[in-house]
Amino acid sequence: MSDADKKRLLREMIFYRRFEDRTFEAYMERKIGGFLHLYSGQEAVGTGVLEMAIVGKGQENDYVITGYRDHVHAIKTGAPAREVMAELYGKENGSSKGRGGSMHIFDASQNFMGGYALVGQPFPLAAGLALGCKHKGTKQIAICFLGDGANNQGTFHETMNMASVWNLPVLFVCENNGYAIGTHIDRSTAQRDQYKRVDTAYNMKSSQHDGMDIDNVMPAAKAAIDYVRNEQKPYFIEFMTYRFRGHSMSDAKGYRTKEEEAEWEKRDPITISSKKLIDAGVITPAVIKAWEKEIDDEIENDIIKFAEEGPEPKVEDLHKYVLDDNPDPRWIGPLQK
Amino acid sequence: MAETAYWEAIRRAHDEEMARDPMVIAMGEDIGVAGGTYKATSGLYDKYGETRIIDCPISENSYTGIGIGASMTGMRPIIEIMSINFALLALDTIVNAAAKIRYMSGGQIACPIVMRTPGGTAHQLAAQHSARLARMFMSTSGLRVVTPRGPLDAYGMLKSAIRSNDPVIIIEHEQMYNIKEEIPDEEFFRPLEGAEVVLEGSDITLIGYNYSVHLCLQAAERLAKDGISAEVVDLRSLKPIDRETIRKSVEKTHKVLVAEEDEAPVGVGSEIITGIMEDCFFALDSQPVRIHAADVPVPYNAKLEKAAIPNADDVYQGALKVMGKI
Repeated sequence: MSDADKKRLLREMIFYRRFEDRTFEAYMERKIGGFLHLYSGQEAVGTGVLEMAIVGKGQENDYVITGYRDHVHAIKTGAPAREVMAELYGKENGSSKGRGGSMHIFDASQNFMGGYALVGQPFPLAAGLALGCKHKGTKQIAICFLGDGANNQGTFHETMNMASVWNLPVLFVCENNGYAIGTHIDRSTAQRDQYKRVDTAYNMKSSQHDGMDIDNVMPAAKAAIDYVRNEQKPYFIEFMTYRFRGHSMSDAKGYRTKEEEAEWEKRDPITISSKKLIDAGVITPAVIKAWEKEIDDEIENDIIKFAEEGPEPKVEDLHKYVLDDNPDPRWIGPLQK
Repeated sequence: MAETAYWEAIRRAHDEEMARDPMVIAMGEDIGVAGGTYKATSGLYDKYGETRIIDCPISENSYTGIGIGASMTGMRPIIEIMSINFALLALDTIVNAAAKIRYMSGGQIACPIVMRTPGGTAHQLAAQHSARLARMFMSTSGLRVVTPRGPLDAYGMLKSAIRSNDPVIIIEHEQMYNIKEEIPDEEFFRPLEGAEVVLEGSDITLIGYNYSVHLCLQAAERLAKDGISAEVVDLRSLKPIDRETIRKSVEKTHKVLVAEEDEAPVGVGSEIITGIMEDCFFALDSQPVRIHAADVPVPYNAKLEKAAIPNADDVYQGALKVMGKI
């Protein structure tokens, strides 16, 4: 990978961190309602995996789907950041026209098929997206990002089985951050290594990797994506990571120690990449400082502005999008008397 | 015109739509090699192969979810759930996903799935194979729920459901799969919306859906012998409900009975009668009556089962009560 690409990826991760930090502020200002789940700490996984996938190319993209911690996956797949922010503000110019909110970012134009709030629900949906790709013979694949906590749902087991039996081109990315909401994995899950839960049980290839250093994430993700695309079979890839903030904004993190947090923060993906690139002489700390300024300016002057100034959905449009708003009367009716 | 059984009508609709559109697939337990519990896909595995007639493991929630995911890429899956009791396992993907994805994506993504499932009692199948549950689906925004009463609608509504861009739940009935009816040989469609007056009358309106339409028709025959002219309305669609057709009939007869095979609390009857109260209260000459199952899990014992489930005589007696004859 070229130095230019390495720099770009570091800058992207800094952008995602600061984007999430800014949503935190907006939440505290009550500009954002509902639930808000931030991705800070896990950036190397989403950024690294999707860098290896087909993203940002509209309808040619691979299909991407995830849970409610979805802002960064949406942006990396190709959703405009300003539209994601406007969605958090509940505005008509948001990704989902203000109907979804933080947990339900969608951008069908980029094949970003949504964030979902039912833990484990994206497993079968992802396998279905893969079934669609396989059926049409497009060579696209489906990529499903979920946490370790999702693996205790029935949908995990049911879907791993079917994805394997039917040879579906789907990559399951397990972002193992060690906690299912606020319950440590050792207290909720009999097998700590998630990749071991599919290999012999569902006859699916799987592997486990460090998820804090994007240089570890990318080659592992590339091998897995190539396998899924070329072999037309599923793959389960597990990345060990950590979320720096709570599960959601209402989480006081009383279930984990300051010492544990400090240990993981030493392996901050942004710190790791920054140090490597500085040590290699590719960038200087001053460059990073300048990026941070540029990013903050973009967030404030473009992204937040777009969200702040966006119109609210119209109350008279309350019933739009429940069903097809322009149905064909041949199929729908009314019944000819 | 050819006399066609209900299951044959469903099979024909599958066959025609699959021949027309390669995006149409069918999924379910035992629908392929085994030919389908109700024969609704018999022979189609040999014709379309395992990639389009997909035998699923016993994982209702996730294979329904896989169908939904496929529909998000433009495919048109027809998902068979062997019994509506098992559809409870798939409620997460049906109610939390299929019914909500269009809305929460701001209209970007449709989920054009069809879920077919028999909901109703047969003979001594006991509590876990006898649920009806239409009321659960008809209360969910973002779904269409239809109840074909015979082969004509079973064929025509399935064809429409496959082509519609909405998630459609088709509630069939184990006791209806062998009902026969003449249906046209040439292709036709029956719309998903709209109640239908299946028997015209002037003294009382009997409203049913799914199997209870047949109970209403049998009761109407007996009432005719008593000199009472009953009008029978088949709701056809439980979501949305065609309140206009109900109102017109009630304004004509001024008396109404609703027959449902399900238990009464928070049921189809309560919804229909509430609608009548709101739409044409002053047209009523007497108190509405609803005929429904006993509020118990369906018992195995044949005598108890018979006591729990309404029959044509219950509808007849209920109609006499509305008419002030008993």
